[in-house]
Amino acid sequence: MTAGLEHYLGVSALLFGLGLVGVLLRGNLILMYLSLELMLNAASLALVAFDRFNGTRNGQILVFFIITVAAAEVAVGLALLVALYRKRQTAQVEDLTGMKL
Amino acid sequence: MQEVFFYVFAALTLGFGFLVVANPFSRDPVTRAMCLVLTILSLAGLFVLLEAYFLAAVQVLVSAGAVMVLFLFVIMLLDVGAEQRRRAGRAMTVMAVASVLALGGVFARALAGTRLPAVSAGGAGMAGDVEAMGEMLLTRYLVPLEATGLVLLVAMVGVVLLGRKDLK
Amino acid sequence: MHSLPWIILFAPLLAAAGITLFTLRNPARSALLSVSAVAVAFVLSVVAFLVFPAPSAPVELSGVWLAVGSLQVEFGVRLDPLSLVMLLIVTGVGGVIHVYSCGYMRGDRGTGRYFACLSFFTFSMLLVVLATNFLQLFIGWELVGLSSYLLIGFWYERESAAEACKKAFLTNRLGDVGFLLGIILVWATLGSLHFGELAAVLETTPGALGAVASLAGLLVFCGAMGKSAQFPLHVWLPDAMEGPTPVSALIHAATMVAAGVYLLCRVFFLLEATPAWPDAAPAWLDGITALGVVGWIGGVTALLAALIAVQQDDIKRILAYSTLSQLGYMMMAVGLSAPVPAMFHLATHAFFKALLFLGAGAVIVSLHHEQNIWRMGGLHARMPATAWTFLIATLALCGVPPFSGFFSKDAILAAALDPARGSGGLFLVGVAVAFLTAFYMTRLVLVTFQGTPRSAPASEAVETSPVMKWPLVVLAVPAALAGFWSIDRFLDRHFHPAAAAPASGWFEQWVAPLVHAPLAVLLSLVAVGLGFYTAYLLYRGAATDPLPAKLGLLARGMRAKFYLDELNAWCIRLTHDALARLADWIDRWIIAGVMVRGTHGTTELVGRALRLVQSGNLQTYVLVVVLGIAAVLWLALGPRP
Repeated sequence: MTAGLEHYLGVSALLFGLGLVGVLLRGNLILMYLSLELMLNAASLALVAFDRFNGTRNGQILVFFIITVAAAEVAVGLALLVALYRKRQTAQVEDLTGMKL
Repeated sequence: MQEVFFYVFAALTLGFGFLVVANPFSRDPVTRAMCLVLTILSLAGLFVLLEAYFLAAVQVLVSAGAVMVLFLFVIMLLDVGAEQRRRAGRAMTVMAVASVLALGGVFARALAGTRLPAVSAGGAGMAGDVEAMGEMLLTRYLVPLEATGLVLLVAMVGVVLLGRKDLK
Repeated sequence: MHSLPWIILFAPLLAAAGITLFTLRNPARSALLSVSAVAVAFVLSVVAFLVFPAPSAPVELSGVWLAVGSLQVEFGVRLDPLSLVMLLIVTGVGGVIHVYSCGYMRGDRGTGRYFACLSFFTFSMLLVVLATNFLQLFIGWELVGLSSYLLIGFWYERESAAEACKKAFLTNRLGDVGFLLGIILVWATLGSLHFGELAAVLETTPGALGAVASLAGLLVFCGAMGKSAQFPLHVWLPDAMEGPTPVSALIHAATMVAAGVYLLCRVFFLLEATPAWPDAAPAWLDGITALGVVGWIGGVTALLAALIAVQQDDIKRILAYSTLSQLGYMMMAVGLSAPVPAMFHLATHAFFKALLFLGAGAVIVSLHHEQNIWRMGGLHARMPATAWTFLIATLALCGVPPFSGFFSKDAILAAALDPARGSGGLFLVGVAVAFLTAFYMTRLVLVTFQGTPRSAPASEAVETSPVMKWPLVVLAVPAALAGFWSIDRFLDRHFHPAAAAPASGWFEQWVAPLVHAPLAVLLSLVAVGLGFYTAYLLYRGAATDPLPAKLGLLARGMRAKFYLDELNAWCIRLTHDALARLADWIDRWIIAGVMVRGTHGTTELVGRALRLVQSGNLQTYVLVVVLGIAAVLWLALGPRP
């Protein structure tokens, strides 16, 4: 049985769901970040699969940008995390309720 | 042959992905980060199967290499211990599962209503992968490329700024 | 030549603006500015009168002021015999009164304000007079009302003045609502507001207004009723005497109150249109025409006001009721399809009534603001100039030949006898009013100027200063002689441009009424003589009013103005209380209850609910976002295939 587009999309969706559950349920900011990376990768997989089966290359370019921007985002996010940790001595999300008015 | 590889890599990806989110054996963040590395490597394998060789390489170099090093570095710097024993609220769990199922429902409906291309349409045209990507990046996608460069620069400046000790 | 009317129109406005901006604290300069503005306007009006070209062609200068859809409103000036006569009256009589004001207002704190208002009034009045269309006229109309309000309430610290100006303004407003509705009706039916166009349309097809002809005429008459203080909206005019006396003379005797008559003459073509009522109207309306209503309202006002005037004690109030009665005369003339006599009487009335008011003002000033005629007496010897001019004006008002009032009043009575359009009832009213006029004016003159002084100020009174005396003399000239100036002939050109009036000498003019309508002249002269005689018998040397004892209940009614103010107050209280209760209920339950409290209650409930969502927990937010995205995507996928 040949692996078709729907198989790749299924893998991508499952991976995305896993990441989402992680983001929603893990209490540690670093773990949330890791889950976020999973979601991004799931999206990349879907894009590449689409490209492959449509015979185009635009999706790959997009994935390239995703990887680049994700790297930048991780850098900034982790820097924020470090700054926050210095100030609050915690990386638990339930301790950070500053967005409540 | 390819199908076998697909199932192997897919299983690896999903398995390690599961370990990232919920590891029954270890609560150590470092272990989880390493699992993410393995997920990304398996994903690179899938990329190869999809004939996206350049991206597979970039994925290994940037995501699995650079980014994950950063993660590990921060985990060790902050000395984040094993996650405290904390049960997510029951309501939150239910809602999380529900939202995932909702998204899944949307996905299933989208898939059901679409005719997907059955066979791979690429083939020979996809050869000369790196060269073609480079040409596209420097012609059609030049402006986004430059913008990405700018984003990286800004991110760098931001990180330097955030990293200062006397941050107000 | 073409800038002439514009200068006439805007000179007073410039003066008003100049006074308000620069010389409010300097009485002398304010007076100078105001007087010179009106003088310029008068001189230029005379020039315009002299160079006024062909009799049948009105001069019109205008520009489009605003255009909204099919509504095109012009702002312009229109010079025709009608507006020229009014122009001369407003600027001429107005100019004399401006000069007189310099003396009357000497020493008052608000002189600057007074002259600003006076100039502003002159401008507004000229705007009414020169208007080329309904809307422009209405704007002037309202501005006239405003300046009247400001001037009646000039001594605003006196409560009675403050009340009077409110009363005047509100009563006028009542009439103006009808006027505005009438304007809208005319525009909706004929699609134009321009007097010339409307007249042309109605001349070719008298039935162009269709079923709303009578209604439109009556609605426009509503405005005239308010401004010209016709029954039942007459109640404001006597109270308006709270203002300074020159104001009473200018606004509430000579010009503004005459604006209603002027309006009706200006839109006479509208009243003349084939009378008709909408089909839905009750049948008894069919016999009623707009002109008939105008005539009878005028007649009732004339009679009622003359009766009330007989028993008033305040010198200005007597004159005010006399003004009402004369305005009723003019309205009656309009109602009798005789606009020329109406305008003629308006002109002569402006002269002699202004003179009467100015004379009264002189008396009041000399007696240190004493207005009760029973505390005067014997003033003839002490203030001869005032007394003589007052007498001339009185004779003119009563209609004694050869004074001006005789000719105009007689023209009206003749119109009432006209077999084609006259009305016997209105003629009798006219004769009765002539009798009453002679009676109350004789009473006024006898009690005020004859006999012995009945109070200390009266026995020490002296003639007024020249600046107040000379205006009296100047006004006495037209009051006496205006009958010979062929004003009616000149006006005839406006209403009957085709018929060329034959030129005639002064003697022919004098005897013209006798030849034209001998019965009217005879009867009115008899009535006037009778009035003089009875009043002379009753009031010669009287120290108190003998009439209440003789007439009893009727005199009490007259003295109390037939309880019309009380009736109004009662009606208003009745309707007002009900309305207030309704408004209170609506406010309490609908607005405060449902709307305000409902709004705040709903908001609070929603707020309380939303507060639960805003926990500050990042993951809750993510959850909401994800669910939102899922919903949006689901919707974006469209209906189920």
